[in-house]
Amino acid sequence: MRRRLELALLLGPALLLFVGFVLVPIIVAAYYSLYDWQGFGALTDFVGLGNYWDVLGGNVFQGAVGHNLVIVVLSLVVQLPVSVAIALLLNRKLRGRAALRLIVFAPYVLSEATTAVIWLLILQPGGFTDQALTFLGLHGVIHQWLADPQVVLFTLFAVITWKYLGFGIILLLAGLQGIPPELLEAAALDGASAGQAVRRVVLPLLGPTIRIWIFLSVIGSLQVFDIVWIMTLGGPANASTTMATYLIDHGFKRYEFGYGSAVAVVLFIICFAFALVYQRFALRRDTEGAMG
Amino acid sequence: MRSIRLCAAVVAALLVAACGSSGTTGSGALTWWHNGTSDPLKSLWQSVADGYHAAHPDVTISIDPIQNEQFQTKVPLALQSDSPPGLYQQWGGGGEASQIKSGKVLDLTSSVSSWIGPLGKAAEGWQVDGKQYGVPFDLHVVGFWYRKDLFQKAQITTPPATMADFYTDIDKLRAAGVTPVAIGSKDRWPDAFYWDYFAVRECSTDVVKQSIKAQKLDDPCWRKAGDDLTALLARKPFQEGFLGTPAQQGAGSSAGMVANGQAAMELQGDWEPGTMAALTEDKDFASKLGWFPFPTIEGGAGDPGVTLGGGDGFSCTTAAPPSCPDFLKYIDGAEVQTKLAAAGIGLPVNPDAASALKDPTLRQVFDFSRKATYIQTYLDIALPTSVGQALDDAIANFVAGKGTPASVAATVGQAATGDR
Repeated sequence: MRRRLELALLLGPALLLFVGFVLVPIIVAAYYSLYDWQGFGALTDFVGLGNYWDVLGGNVFQGAVGHNLVIVVLSLVVQLPVSVAIALLLNRKLRGRAALRLIVFAPYVLSEATTAVIWLLILQPGGFTDQALTFLGLHGVIHQWLADPQVVLFTLFAVITWKYLGFGIILLLAGLQGIPPELLEAAALDGASAGQAVRRVVLPLLGPTIRIWIFLSVIGSLQVFDIVWIMTLGGPANASTTMATYLIDHGFKRYEFGYGSAVAVVLFIICFAFALVYQRFALRRDTEGAMG
Repeated sequence: MRSIRLCAAVVAALLVAACGSSGTTGSGALTWWHNGTSDPLKSLWQSVADGYHAAHPDVTISIDPIQNEQFQTKVPLALQSDSPPGLYQQWGGGGEASQIKSGKVLDLTSSVSSWIGPLGKAAEGWQVDGKQYGVPFDLHVVGFWYRKDLFQKAQITTPPATMADFYTDIDKLRAAGVTPVAIGSKDRWPDAFYWDYFAVRECSTDVVKQSIKAQKLDDPCWRKAGDDLTALLARKPFQEGFLGTPAQQGAGSSAGMVANGQAAMELQGDWEPGTMAALTEDKDFASKLGWFPFPTIEGGAGDPGVTLGGGDGFSCTTAAPPSCPDFLKYIDGAEVQTKLAAAGIGLPVNPDAASALKDPTLRQVFDFSRKATYIQTYLDIALPTSVGQALDDAIANFVAGKGTPASVAATVGQAATGDR
């Protein structure tokens, strides 16, 4: 009895917040998404799944999903190896290690909006990037970073990487701290080279950390919004639209709240499905016991 | 972290949508939502509220300055709730028409009829089906702002009157090593100014009015607007990388480029001198700036006296105390309008206040607007919000090389019928 009371007392507030701020809005959004609703008057124009067909069949939304997937793939292929390499480097005893760690982690502390504004200035035509490239004799590399539809998505990815690399590195460094030095000493005694030790001892033991990083990175890449919205508004010509910018563009700028809700539900389902599948197949080993 | 923040924002937005927003209006208490979050507008509106309260002690006005972009989300939610603000910022056109569906926007027709006449054509943009649901307090006119010094450098003596002159001047400016025109295409709406203007030059006023009412741009003249824009783009008048340039933020924006002499002109509203002045250290900047109307097009069916514009205004809601329309009369009266013009906030809607416009160039713009045969509200505002934004997006895509003149014109009909 007392145990139940304790549970209710301790879980109650959190549960209430969860229901009020997570479950109810999702249900309300799902309800709105079945109507053609401009935000005024009652919900009368029931369209069933019509909004969903429009969302999924639309060129711009399909493009947005593609852009999100490009960011997901690039994150895994580019950010992960770089993060691991830098984390390994920073885990060694070297002069100025604390300062280096601070520098690497600093961008992560900035808000996305600040990051976006800083990079807007750096990347503007004739700005710091272009001047630096000219100085290095790389004039041919200069592009219209944010104005060229072929380039803009990669520019944004570079900015996202700049901001989030530090987060991955800190996560991996924490993971590296958890690897007992005795194992590496033993490997060295057995004649393992540095490369072998990393491949056979360090990386397998970093597995749980890497899997969590992948999870956070994929979810973050699917929902990326702030940096894109501030730097390009999804343009030019929808070349950098993401699912989230599409949602804001159509839901709020066009007053299509029913349609916007449908986009929100689709985005939620995609993220949720990934989370479930990933939990089931990749994270289960790591969270066994914790999740029961 | 970004996922958490986005989720929180979406959740918050949805929760607000579910619960509605609050505003207090009892008897004699008027809640006022305006977008004057910074000076000089903020203190001007405060003094206006104080002035009205002094003359009418039974009316208390509680001001709620709201950031401009937030009106898009706050107004629908407020009109959906039981307690909307008594008075709120209103841009007229299709947005106003959508808001009326809530049944909470007050029909002002009879209460303003005695004094709205002198405001002239400007007030028409706040009518829906001949009824006045809002009243403007300032008006905006779109035209070319240009640097006299750079025109001189390119040996251009008089601003261009026709498109042919305009093209000649673009070539002259290029030859003089000057970027002819700056544009903030990142924000999309500056692109629409060009297309809109080409459209009102190619289409007769009747066609424009009918097409907007029907939300269908069938007349071939609408496609000509796209052809004209193609011709303009072929001349390469804009700065390098203009698709990524913002309109108003920072020295690298299109406004900043003109302010700092990096481009010779920009097609923008009458607010632009104020926007530009904040982006340059040049103290003599204002004297270097001139204005000319959008050039005429040879053979266009449009009336050359038509000007593209809009303005800011207010609407009363059904929750407002009876004094609300009278307060609007006070705002549009000569006293407040003179203050507004003198503070350089915008062009006054009340012609009695024109003498308070200190800047001779702004005075020129004002006089031009009074002579206009018709003021066409920016098409994205004139059309319902969803349709207008779809048109802006189509125009922006067209400028970026996607779409055809026919597909841009067709966007309006498609968006109006819910086809995305």
